[in-house]
Amino acid sequence: MAKIIGDIVINTERCKGCEVCIAACPFTVIAMSKEVNSKGYHFATKVNNDCTGCTNCAVVCPDGVITVYRAKV
Amino acid sequence: MIMEELFAKPDIRKPENIVYRKSDLMVDRPLSYCPGCGHGTVHRMLMEVIEEMDIAEQTIGVSPVGCSVLAYDFLNIDMLGAAHGRAPALATAIKRLWPHRFVFTYQGDGDLAAIGTAETIHACNRGENITIIFINNGIYGMTGGQMAPTTLPGMRSSTSPYGRDVELMGHPIKMTELIAHLPGVNFVTRQSVHTPVNARRTKKAIRKAFDIQKAKQGLSFIEVVSNCNSGWKMTPVQSNKWMEENMFPFYPLGDIKVDGKLVEKKENE
Repeated sequence: MAKIIGDIVINTERCKGCEVCIAACPFTVIAMSKEVNSKGYHFATKVNNDCTGCTNCAVVCPDGVITVYRAKV
Repeated sequence: MIMEELFAKPDIRKPENIVYRKSDLMVDRPLSYCPGCGHGTVHRMLMEVIEEMDIAEQTIGVSPVGCSVLAYDFLNIDMLGAAHGRAPALATAIKRLWPHRFVFTYQGDGDLAAIGTAETIHACNRGENITIIFINNGIYGMTGGQMAPTTLPGMRSSTSPYGRDVELMGHPIKMTELIAHLPGVNFVTRQSVHTPVNARRTKKAIRKAFDIQKAKQGLSFIEVVSNCNSGWKMTPVQSNKWMEENMFPFYPLGDIKVDGKLVEKKENE
């Protein structure tokens, strides 16, 4: 059976740490990092492999920092 | 090591597998808005629609006065800045001189519902063939969270620190319902962008509005109920929750006028 695998790339320098994407993700793939970016924001980061590439996080991101990839394997 | 690298999937991260990325019509520059502000999402939805319709060369936007006054810095299309509240008047002029261009205004509630009330209502009443995008956060966000005409009864702002008292300060104005009754207006809707579903619906509404403009069927008006977490003194997530609990009962989401006909309200909705 074909399996869908997704992946996200977050532009951490542009992330402002608003946490809107965390609530939008159905698989809790995203969490806030302990590190900060050069602006001093705790940026969003990927914390597990459950991403399906549903694009919810990228659609709600006000700063459009998330790029979503999806492929059938 | 950054955690993200631990879970990276290099075999998936190929250009042909991209399903969502920021529109190329957004200038690659950090947005000046506060973290979690709905402006960024609406900007992106707007640019995605223009990209889909392939009308970037024929579109002229009018930016207001307010937080989104700098919209021309972020949107890679032709933009003009209007005097405070006068965006619909300027858009009227552009559309009449260049009838084949797509013209939209992007306004906040202080701009559209306070100083620009006359321009908005008369542009809508004349049925100018333009699109108005109205971002309503119930407050003057840019200048420090003062009370706006759209501030809810009892809502605190820096000029109504004990909450808006309707006996003293008047009632909030529902511009969208007001405009829906004007005959020149074709499409009136109220949306939000705080969840993926609502953001996608907003994009659909913007697409419909531009299609109406293409078909020369009259004015389309899209209100986006948005948050202002710094003006409301909340975190972005809290402000979205507050918006759902307090703004939506007063400003219910949904279509108000479609194809020139008022949508009848269903019971228990």
